[in-house]
Amino acid sequence: MKIRITLLSVVVALLALPASAADKVKIGFVTTLTTGAAVIGKDMQDAVNLAVEDIGGKMGGLDVEMIFGDDGFKPETGKQVTDKLVKSDDVDFVAGYIWSHVLLASQKSVLGAGKFLISANAGPSQLAGKLCNKNFFSTSWQNDQTPMAMGEVLNQRGIKKLYIMSPNYAAGKNMVAGVERTFKGEIVGKDMTKWGKDAQLDFSAELAKAGASGADAIFVFYPGKAGGAFIKQYEQAGLTDKLPLYTVFTIDSIALPKLQKAKMKAVLGSLNTQFWGPDLDTPQNHRFVSGFKKKYGRYPSFYAAQSYDSIFLIKSAVEAVGGNLADMDGMRAAMEKADFPSVRGAFRYGKNHFPIQNFYLRKVVEDSDGNWTTSVVDTVFEDHQDTYAGECKI
Amino acid sequence: MDSTLLVIQILNGLQLGVLLFLLAAGLTLVFGIMDFINLAHGSFYMVGAFFCATLTLWFDSFLLGLLLALPLTLAVGVVVELLVVRHLYQEDHLQQILATFGLILVADTLVHIIWGPEGLTFALPEVLNGQVTVLPGIRFPIYRILIISVGLLIAAGLYWVVARTRIGMLIRAGASNRRMVGALGVDIRYLFTLVFGAGAVMAGLAGLMIAPITEASIGMGNEILIVAFVVIVIGGIGSIKGAFLGALLVGLIDTLGRSFLDGMLKLVLSNQAAETSAPAISAMLIYILMAAILYFRPQGLFPPKGR
Amino acid sequence: MRQLVQKPPGRYWLVFAAVLVLLLAPAAIAYLDQPFYLDVLMRLMILAIAASSLNLILGYSGMISLGHSVYIGIGAYAVGIPAYYDQYNGLLQLALALGGAGLFALVTGLICLRTRGAYFIMITLAFAQMMYFTFVSIEEYGGDDGLVIYARSDFAGLYDLENNVRLYYLVLGCLLLTLLLVHRIVNSHFGMVIRGAKSNDRRMQAVGFPTFRYRLTCYVISGMICGLAGWLMGNFTGFISPEMMDWTRSGELIAMVILGGPGSLFGPAIGAAVFILMETVLAEVTIYWHLYLGLLLILVAKFGRGGLGGLFQRNRGTP
Repeated sequence: MKIRITLLSVVVALLALPASAADKVKIGFVTTLTTGAAVIGKDMQDAVNLAVEDIGGKMGGLDVEMIFGDDGFKPETGKQVTDKLVKSDDVDFVAGYIWSHVLLASQKSVLGAGKFLISANAGPSQLAGKLCNKNFFSTSWQNDQTPMAMGEVLNQRGIKKLYIMSPNYAAGKNMVAGVERTFKGEIVGKDMTKWGKDAQLDFSAELAKAGASGADAIFVFYPGKAGGAFIKQYEQAGLTDKLPLYTVFTIDSIALPKLQKAKMKAVLGSLNTQFWGPDLDTPQNHRFVSGFKKKYGRYPSFYAAQSYDSIFLIKSAVEAVGGNLADMDGMRAAMEKADFPSVRGAFRYGKNHFPIQNFYLRKVVEDSDGNWTTSVVDTVFEDHQDTYAGECKI
Repeated sequence: MDSTLLVIQILNGLQLGVLLFLLAAGLTLVFGIMDFINLAHGSFYMVGAFFCATLTLWFDSFLLGLLLALPLTLAVGVVVELLVVRHLYQEDHLQQILATFGLILVADTLVHIIWGPEGLTFALPEVLNGQVTVLPGIRFPIYRILIISVGLLIAAGLYWVVARTRIGMLIRAGASNRRMVGALGVDIRYLFTLVFGAGAVMAGLAGLMIAPITEASIGMGNEILIVAFVVIVIGGIGSIKGAFLGALLVGLIDTLGRSFLDGMLKLVLSNQAAETSAPAISAMLIYILMAAILYFRPQGLFPPKGR
Repeated sequence: MRQLVQKPPGRYWLVFAAVLVLLLAPAAIAYLDQPFYLDVLMRLMILAIAASSLNLILGYSGMISLGHSVYIGIGAYAVGIPAYYDQYNGLLQLALALGGAGLFALVTGLICLRTRGAYFIMITLAFAQMMYFTFVSIEEYGGDDGLVIYARSDFAGLYDLENNVRLYYLVLGCLLLTLLLVHRIVNSHFGMVIRGAKSNDRRMQAVGFPTFRYRLTCYVISGMICGLAGWLMGNFTGFISPEMMDWTRSGELIAMVILGGPGSLFGPAIGAAVFILMETVLAEVTIYWHLYLGLLLILVAKFGRGGLGGLFQRNRGTP
């Protein structure tokens, strides 16, 4: 009982803090800062901090205050920190979100309170279609788009028989559905492996199956640490020459330095698709990548790129209304124009507020300093819109 | 199903089995002898992997990393025993669960603080990085063969220690009647520390052997710990033999289920239904196995005598 | 010798003060315009209900379940699945939550209760994991991503749960009801048998009590109360996912019970409060807050035998 009384006194003490001044833009940013997945969250946090630095900590004359929240890789925790940002910190924008399930759990808290929600990564089909909302914007992509581009690449390269591996969760299923939608050959085998906290990281059984399946190529989606583990075992299983590797969201600048340290050469030359690449030739991208490398000594990941963009998107909204944060309609109209310098170059928003953008084929290469990175080699889709936009009734 | 694939998958299952055994052996001994539930046993698995990865990258030698990581893991195990675990032998299981749940949180956070969130990975030496022909026409990674061999060797050694040596006699006596060992005039505290440390080293060895395949990452031990618990419960708590057979059984069933279940389900279900249900059922398989075994044998397959 | 029948927990004035504070809290929070803390209190009370239900089997009858959060999941899905079909009838959802949780407890209890000690811990975990993977694989209900619940349970407009304060008082009412129920059960003839079976099952059987049936009943009641907590949780968060059934959630429930003191009426609620408090305050200060929570748990295990609630009860000077 005493504890509850203590709780209340803490509550009261917190309330005694000075109320926020209105001459600030408050942005909440929810990502994963604990557990092994924090490596992604840290990349996003670094990119946001860099962006705020690059804009001089100001948007339309107002000071920017960033408040980071840790979702702990759990939807429930993500919703809690989102609630806190909305109800207690009274932020003007909530951005971030790596994981689809965390975003789905949290969206109501933000949108229900009439605030802007900006996804800097997760792109579940629900939010692109039925659940689309006038105050929701994405600076990333809808889950299906990237694997659809990969399916097209496989067709172009004359792949007839494909083996698919992906974790067994919603985004994984979206990725598989995406590649199946565009790939015209035969799918000779498919493994959906256990995901979640006790995710399967030893793929020996599946790789043995894949090797014996007679496939011409293997399509893989393993985000985060599973990606590195997969690549190592792919090489150890002796499949490098037998079964060419095509990936989405698996080989990024988070996995590559580790793979390079471990001398996993199998990954060099492998292909993946993405809406962006660190060597994409746009002025904003030069500024971002060189700034990021200078400040943190490593390549930014696509997670970082999307997070960097999210700050500039918000900035364009705040500046359009001259810092009048009460003007929601004005800010929304500004964001819908996507009139900001994006690292991916110019793009448009669909009516569901997902980008209509290019998708590129990228190859893993060694850069001039000897670091492994990805390089854009081809454009697969131009101005590609996700397939769910039609379901969106705004 | 094709027989080459079957052989490969059996080998893969064995490899998972011996890893599980290395974890389960310490768990079951500590449980059997000290009546101590150690939820944090998986932390030694993680710590072993991180030590080995750091040292391997440092010295650029896996062998050196391995040889130095083991005593370091032992040291961590002994320190944890002296500081925390020792004071909880007399408490009931609930206090032990609470404390070791706390230990998990502390261990994971300390690893995060020391090594950062990204985890560590390192390369295998060139000699271990290839494939070897195990049977005509069947090739298998050398390193996984090595894991299986090391695991079987340790299982044999452990069996010898427990069955043939004085320490082993005390361990067996402790597992079936704790008070008797004390009555024999043995310094029971020394024995306990020894057993706990040995368990920690075996867990650490398992962790550092898997690290080059996956990687050293935060929470890696918690993921496999639950499976190790399944193993010792199936085998019978306190029984090394049970842990060994349980580990192989779980390793094989898990691996074979993952690889052949969808094919088998396709014989009775539609393709679509088989594809959606196979991953779920194969993930559940070991729990179904455990529930079934406990239904018929509530004390597991090999309960130590006299309990 | 320990008394078998507990007197009502002492320090009535403290209990009354706590209830009074909880009754007045929404007004204070509204006055201070800090709605987030209403959420914190609601989550705290829902977890207190769940922890109290676990305490019924763990604290009073010695059954350590590492799968108790599965009932939170069942209760929450009993809101989410009907809502998915646009069925928001509160009574139906509540009946599904209690019935589903009770049925699951009955079926699994028949198997689990054959085992003891660590085997019981693991078999409860096994059933929870099976349920977890089942919901992960049902794509219709969102699989791993879970389901968003658009509207809270509807009681024919008589009691509007969309209003957070109304929901708060419902949760508070459920908590008080749960505590009262646990108190009545534990101190009844039934509770005496249960606690007797904890310390010496064979003797109770020899005296002629079919202890298996008693323990099974207790297990089912506990599951149903936790199902109630799940029903409230589903309404509160407006979102459900299999993650709610994850074994670490069950581990947290156990930690709450032990932290507060197993076998004491208010212990689990105190444990839940400490847990939420640490989460709310420490997580603000550092992302490494798990370190301090872990240390606290170790210290309580080592020194605070009987948990914080135990310390509190000992103050009364009971023998």
